[in-house]
This record gives sequence, C-alpha cells and structure tokens, in this order.
Amino acid sequence: MSTLTIDNIHTYYGNIHALRGISLKIEKGEIVTLIGGNGAGKTTTLRTISGLLKPREGNISLDGEDLLKYPAHEVVYKGVSMVPEGRGVFARLTVLENLEMGAFSRKSKEELNHNLEKMFTLFPRLKERRTQTAGTLSGGEQQMLATGRALMANPTVLLMDEPSMGLAPVLVELIFDIIKKINEDGTTILLVEQNALMALSIANRGYVLQTGEITLTDTAQNLKNNPMVQKAYLGME
Amino acid sequence: MMRTSFSERLTDWAVNGFLWGFRILIVLIVVIGTFLTISSGKYTNEQWIDFIVSGISQGSIYALIALGYTMVYGILRMINFAHGEIFMTGAFSGYFFATWLTSTGFMNTNPYIGLTFSIIFAMLISASIAMLVEKIAYRPLRGASRLVPLISAIGVSFFLQYAFRGFFGPGVYAYPSIDALDGDWNIFGIEILKVKIIVVVSAFLMMAILYYVVMFTKMGKAMRAVSENKDVASLMGIDVNRVIVTTFALGAAMAGAAGVLYALIFRQVSFYMGIVPGVKAFTAAVLGGIGNIPGAMVGGLVLGILESVGPALFLESIGIDRPYQLKDAIAYIMLVMILLFRPSGILGERVSKKA
Repeated sequence: MSTLTIDNIHTYYGNIHALRGISLKIEKGEIVTLIGGNGAGKTTTLRTISGLLKPREGNISLDGEDLLKYPAHEVVYKGVSMVPEGRGVFARLTVLENLEMGAFSRKSKEELNHNLEKMFTLFPRLKERRTQTAGTLSGGEQQMLATGRALMANPTVLLMDEPSMGLAPVLVELIFDIIKKINEDGTTILLVEQNALMALSIANRGYVLQTGEITLTDTAQNLKNNPMVQKAYLGME
Repeated sequence: MMRTSFSERLTDWAVNGFLWGFRILIVLIVVIGTFLTISSGKYTNEQWIDFIVSGISQGSIYALIALGYTMVYGILRMINFAHGEIFMTGAFSGYFFATWLTSTGFMNTNPYIGLTFSIIFAMLISASIAMLVEKIAYRPLRGASRLVPLISAIGVSFFLQYAFRGFFGPGVYAYPSIDALDGDWNIFGIEILKVKIIVVVSAFLMMAILYYVVMFTKMGKAMRAVSENKDVASLMGIDVNRVIVTTFALGAAMAGAAGVLYALIFRQVSFYMGIVPGVKAFTAAVLGGIGNIPGAMVGGLVLGILESVGPALFLESIGIDRPYQLKDAIAYIMLVMILLFRPSGILGERVSKKA
C-alpha cells in the first residue's frame, strides 16, 4: 500500500523548468532518501509536495487523496509535515511557542500537551530551554526544535530538508539516530540530504536526482555500492 | 584607493560635521532652554504636572494609532499610509453613535457604558473598513515590489478622505458633550481634567488587551510566526492570509478606539482629521522602533510628552515667541533625529535585516 505518490510533476520558477517530470513512491513506514547535487531540485521537490509551490503538471496524492487541491497550510492537516531547509525556527518565539506553532493544526489541548511531553522525552535539551527564544539556540538544538515542531502535528509523512546542514559530525550522528527513532515510531520519512552516505545508511530506498530528473532509483544498499553514485555523491573513486 | 580618498574624506567630514553640529545644536537648545525655564520659575509644579498629563493622554492616543502601523509593518514590511484615515473613520463612527446615544438620553444617564459602546462600535467599523481595504487594495499587490502597495496605500488614504467628505461634507462636526465627563478629578491633590484620565485609562487598557492577544493567544503567536517567516508559518498549518487580515483588523480597531478618544479631548470630527495624528503616530512608531509593539507604545508616550512639555521647557525661554506653534516642529525634528541617529528606534532591532 503506497502512502505518498508523486506522479510526473513539473514545477517552474517563473520560466525556469526546475522539476522535469519527477515520480516518487513512498510506502508506509519507509525512509526514502533523495540525493543529488546543488540545484538538482531536491528542495523544490519537497516544497512542491508540501504545497508551497504548485506544479504545472502532475499529481501528488496521499493514500489516494489528491494533495494538490490544498494550499500549503491545509496539506499539514492531511498528515504531511516538513522540516524546512535551514531549519526555519521562529527565532523570536520561545522554544515552547515554536512547538505550539507546530501543533497549530491540532485543536485539542490534551493532544498538544501529550505531544509536548513526547517531544520533551525525545529531545530533553528542548525541555531545558523551553522558555528561551529559539534564536539563542545552537544549530543542533535548532534542528531538534525544527524536527520536534514538525512532529507536533502528528504527521504520517515527514519531509526533511537537509537536517545535517551546518552541523558538527557528532550532531549529525545524533540527528540521524533521532530520524531512525522517529521512523521506528511509525512515521514515514522522505529525507533530502547532501550527506548522501549518512542518508543511505539509514534509508530503505533512495532516488538520485539530477537537474530536475530522477536518474536512478534502487535500495539504499545497492545505491551505496553503485559505482556512479560512489563517484558522484559519496566522494569515492 | 588613494585617488578617491581626498574628495571622499572631504564629503565624509562635511556630512559628519553637519550631523555633529545638528546634534550639538539640539542638545544646546534643550539644555539651555530647560535651564532658563526652570530657573525663571515661570511655571508652577501643578502646571508642569498638567503638561505631563496632557502629554500622556495625547501620547497614549498616538500610541494606539502607532500600534497599527507597527503591526502591519511587522507582518508585511509595508507602511500602511491609509492608517490615519482608519483613525478618522473611527472618530466618525464614534461621533454618530455617541450623537445617537445622546439623543436618546442614554449617554447622560450612563456615560461610561455609553462611551464604552461608542468605542466598541468605532472599533468594529474601523476594523471592517481596514479588512475591506486590505482585501481590495493590498492583497492583490502582495508580492509586487515594495513601492507598489505604498502608492496604493496613499490612494486609499485619499479615497477614504474624500469619500467621507462626499458623504458627510467638508464641515467640522462638534462631538456631543457628555456632562458627566466634564470637570476635574482630584488626584493626589491635583485637579486633572476627567477626559484626560479617561483617555489614558482606556488607552492603557486597550494596549494591555492587545499585548495579551499578541503574546499569549494562539492567533497572536501565529501573527508573530508569520511576521518572521510566512512560508514556514504556512507549513505549520497557519493560514497566512487570515493572520494578515486579523492583523489589519486589530490595528484598525486600536486606531478606531483612538479616534473616539481623540474626539473626546478635541471635541471635533472632520474628514481631514486623520492626517496629522496619522503622521505623528507614524513618527511614534518609528521612534519606538517600527515593527516593535512595546516600541510603538513607548514611542507614542515619549512623543506626546515631548510635544506637550517641549515648547514650554525648551523653547519659551530662549526667546521664541509663541512656542506652542512649534509643537509639531518638535515632533518632526524628533522624526528626523531618529532617522539620522538611531534608525532602529528606541526599542528596535537591526532594521537592516530585511531592508
């Protein structure tokens, strides 16, 4: 049973044809990664799925329901949350307020408190800092906050855009452990990463994106062993 | 490098010299004027307190209007130049409502309830007009370059002025007098006009409510989130358009209330009454740091007090004949000074971030 289906989408920035017919299939419970160089269209793909950009052609559906008819702020209600590139925490809001904003689509107070508890067990650091403004957090803490904030909406699919960006190697490992944990708790994950090696080490499957087109798709293990991928994205000869 | 350095250094030197001269001149006027006025003992303590109370009541009205400028700027990075006219629509709505309440006799038997109702009525009308304006004149231009909505705002400003002139004529309407609100109250042994106290208390109450809404309600938090990052806010499930409309409505409600309070003090309502308070409140918003809500409140109060105390304190004893004629000059000199020396305002943060 396929959860998220992206079928032949074409997205433009003005006249620039950024996505040239991308199709992805993400099954329930998977971690799927999208790897590719700068400007390949990874972020554009995620922004299109989350509704921030509307494709000129193609279909996006979640469990058979068409997502394209919803504006970005309603896509969240359908169960798709995104951790944006560069984390995008609200710097002048406190950690707690950021998390509350993540649960904006959730109406009940109990659910909010329950989710807050869950986030604070997943990220004890955020609990310590809950009254601080998010702008005072370190990069790693901001990444935790952005992730926790997206999870506050109880998504079925979590889109993550470059979670390792700008983080020290120790923190990258920590973040990837957390991603694995989130997945084990039942959230399907579409992960966009520059750090292809890390991404492939936790993913089930992967897609390689090149100038707006999918050039290769396989299991993560096979991609890791693929000489082309090794040369272009894993820095091996 | 060496080639351009001489002429560049010369202009730098001239500009800096001018700025320093300006600063020194202002400081000298303030210090000498203050010294001379106080040593001449021309005004009693009661009179000074009266100046300050007038300043606070005037300033709290500026503050209420300034909130609308600052909130809209915070969320859209746009100066809503039609905001002074929204204030005017509030004063007019309050006028008609109060006149009606007076004619039924309700106003004189229940002055406070009547006043509260006219303020609420004015807030509702102003908020509705602002929401319409946003929908018709600003929303279609979202995403256009910054100058475009600014021009549109100036157009809206003229439209509202002349629409009101067309409906209600060019004359000045006298606000109905409420007997129960005439006269003084004795506060700590000082006689203070009742209306001034009512204005200050209502304005502070309104600001407290607004502050609560912005800081602690879900909508207020969403407003702050949208002002930081619209895309990410919509990823949270926040309907950005709804938040923007709400911001306009809240700011306009404050301006509408300010219109009624202004009319309580000045007893007059006319189609062009929004211009000067609008510009003054904009000055107050810049003074406090545009985009900053507590800044607008502080800026309004500072401006009101300086305008009220300034002519007597700084100008009178350095030989200026009718210093009260210069009270607007004080306000605008403050605006120029702030823009020159501290463009981020009293409580503002770096303006350059998004500019």
